[in-house]
Amino acid sequence: MTTVGVLALQGDVREHLHTLESLGVAAAPVKTPDELGAIDALVIPGGESTTIGKMAVRFGLIEPLRRSIEDGLPTYGTCAGLILLAGAVTDGDQPLLGVLDVVARRNAFGRQNESFESALEVHGLEEPFHAVFIRAPWVEKVGADVEVLADIDEHPVMVRQGKILATSFHPELTGDARIHQLLIDLI
Amino acid sequence: MEPTEVETGTDRVKRGLAEMLKGGVIMDVVTSDEAKIAEEAGAVAVMALERVPSDIRKHGGVARMADPTKIEEIQAAVTIPVMAKCRIGHFAEASVLQALGVDYIDESEVLTPADDEHHVDKWAFTTPFVCGARNLGEALRRIGEGAAMIRTKGEAGTGNVVEAVRHMRTVTNELRALTTMDEAQLMSAARDHGAPFDLVREVASTGKLPVVNFAAGGIATPSDAALMMSLGVDGVFVGSGIFKSSGPEAYARAIVEATTFWNEPEVVAKVSRGLGEAMPGIEIDTLRDTERLAERGW
Repeated sequence: MTTVGVLALQGDVREHLHTLESLGVAAAPVKTPDELGAIDALVIPGGESTTIGKMAVRFGLIEPLRRSIEDGLPTYGTCAGLILLAGAVTDGDQPLLGVLDVVARRNAFGRQNESFESALEVHGLEEPFHAVFIRAPWVEKVGADVEVLADIDEHPVMVRQGKILATSFHPELTGDARIHQLLIDLI
Repeated sequence: MEPTEVETGTDRVKRGLAEMLKGGVIMDVVTSDEAKIAEEAGAVAVMALERVPSDIRKHGGVARMADPTKIEEIQAAVTIPVMAKCRIGHFAEASVLQALGVDYIDESEVLTPADDEHHVDKWAFTTPFVCGARNLGEALRRIGEGAAMIRTKGEAGTGNVVEAVRHMRTVTNELRALTTMDEAQLMSAARDHGAPFDLVREVASTGKLPVVNFAAGGIATPSDAALMMSLGVDGVFVGSGIFKSSGPEAYARAIVEATTFWNEPEVVAKVSRGLGEAMPGIEIDTLRDTERLAERGW
């Protein structure tokens, strides 16, 4: 059976596990290199990107994660996950995986009072996606191999590069599993 | 593309930020330097305060919302979410905090209550609120008023985790009891808990609170954090426990790590080594009734 892992150092792990299970795959939290080795695809959840990055460094996960993703492990990052996948952030200094050729701007839409939900057109999906943005990042710069699948006022909020998928928003909070299905289709 | 049907301040957006904090530690800080230490240690958010709870106990007098200058300094110092406390029922302080753009407002019993009958109508705000609760009824009353996140009250500033344990176990036991009840019993349970009936029915069917629930009040060591996580909380607030210990950087980091690896005692043991002195603790029985902060609010 296909198993999709959810990086479980911090964040909304449970919501991703539930969304994945709704698609009929096995879903498992991942906290160790061994657990990382036993999955067919990976989700990096929403959460606090600085916390998740630091914990991945301290507990020896950052290199195994980077290697697995570079070796082709299909991976989907939401919000904090997008930031962690990025090559750089516009401000500050924090541990990143650097596997997705984008520069991310953290908290790009503002603080919590500016957090919002809205309907969003996504390339490849027939119906708009109801997207929830929470202190969300956007993509400031994209590399040549990166395809933009959705944007808000010209700011990319969903991108794909090879087997890496990333969104600024949180499908796991809405019960709509179409974007998680795109990850599973990459396996 | 221009987004359509844009909405801010919705339930989903308010509760959603708390979902993103799960598995993390929120630390009380009183200066921008402390906020940076907290962020560096891996805190998921900071709580900007004038004084930590143990100093509020010592200092006495009326404890109020922090100076806006202080909150702004802390907001400028870190990229993680910044929370701040208002007094129970003090909707004007809450409005100021919303205007300052804090990410979460804690309507907190640690400050001196401004209204002994009413809590803030939290539905009226765009900024989400977290509130303390000692039991299920109190949690559901706060959620009924619009709280988007709940925490145990514990007994803040004591370094003694016993009250937080009591509050978490009480909520869990009361939730479990509801899940076994039929419709007729649920109405009398709603009466007994003093809780809104629709919320009682909802949690009876789901078996859990509709919002994230953190531990707070008396958490002082990595093992305290692991204990609370194993009792089923979604994350941990640490107040005086970090900056009243002998080594704040080490304590902050160790409590973050124990919160992630709460179910792996080897990791908790490893991070607990050589931390120095925890904050000084207070036995709850030695507190006078007026010193018991958890009794504030209803």
